[in-house]
Amino acid sequence: MSDHPHTRSQSKVIVGGILGVVLMLNVLQLWLLTATMNAYLGGDTSITIPALLASGVCLLLNVGLLRYLRDR
Amino acid sequence: MQRHDHEFESVPPDGRPDAAQPRWRRDFPIDWPKDELIARRDFTRFMVLTSLGFTVGQGWIALQSLLGHPSATAKPIVAVEGIPVGGSLTFDFPHEHDNCVLVRRGRNDFVAYSQKCTHLSCPVQPRPKEGTLHCPCHNGTFDLADGRPLGGPPRRPLPIIELEVRDGIVYATGVKERTS
Repeated sequence: MSDHPHTRSQSKVIVGGILGVVLMLNVLQLWLLTATMNAYLGGDTSITIPALLASGVCLLLNVGLLRYLRDR
Repeated sequence: MQRHDHEFESVPPDGRPDAAQPRWRRDFPIDWPKDELIARRDFTRFMVLTSLGFTVGQGWIALQSLLGHPSATAKPIVAVEGIPVGGSLTFDFPHEHDNCVLVRRGRNDFVAYSQKCTHLSCPVQPRPKEGTLHCPCHNGTFDLADGRPLGGPPRRPLPIIELEVRDGIVYATGVKERTS
């Protein structure tokens, strides 16, 4: 009996889907970083902490998805 | 007895049977599907590392904002008679390497801005006759009246240097940064 819970093609689809979500989160973080930098350089420091928290949430989601990938 | 799993056989990229493959591929078979799977996993790990980098960048900005800027003390720049109408002068404020430009637009009309272009920090040059400040690096233009960008790549207005005229001397008293 095979030890693999998914077929090879299923695994590829799952990994591809996870990669897509990770990429979208990365793009979101990049936008967040540029917007925060622009605001900070203009003297607006009110959004730096909320932006850091949002970026941290994105990072946690990415790490969680990576752990799921590793545990499979 | 292990069942032979055809999923995990080597699959040539062109899909032709083994007998039709070139000799070198028959001699050195590579598990292409597994290779693709591993490559995607490695790329995902790399993207998570990039995500960490972005978060570190956000943390750095947050730290800088918490540390704050030291407050500026009033500094004399020039005597009112020392700058003609339509003339300009560069000075440092609030610190040594914070280049600024002062322009006398009218008899009692003085404006001053940070000289660093908000695009890529090139020094902007005043053009009082045109009523603009011009950045020669990428042809950025700012309105001399309020420092807002008029054209070119800059998106943020120039920081305003707050001025006071006391006893015939023009003083710089503060910096006002803006996002729009």
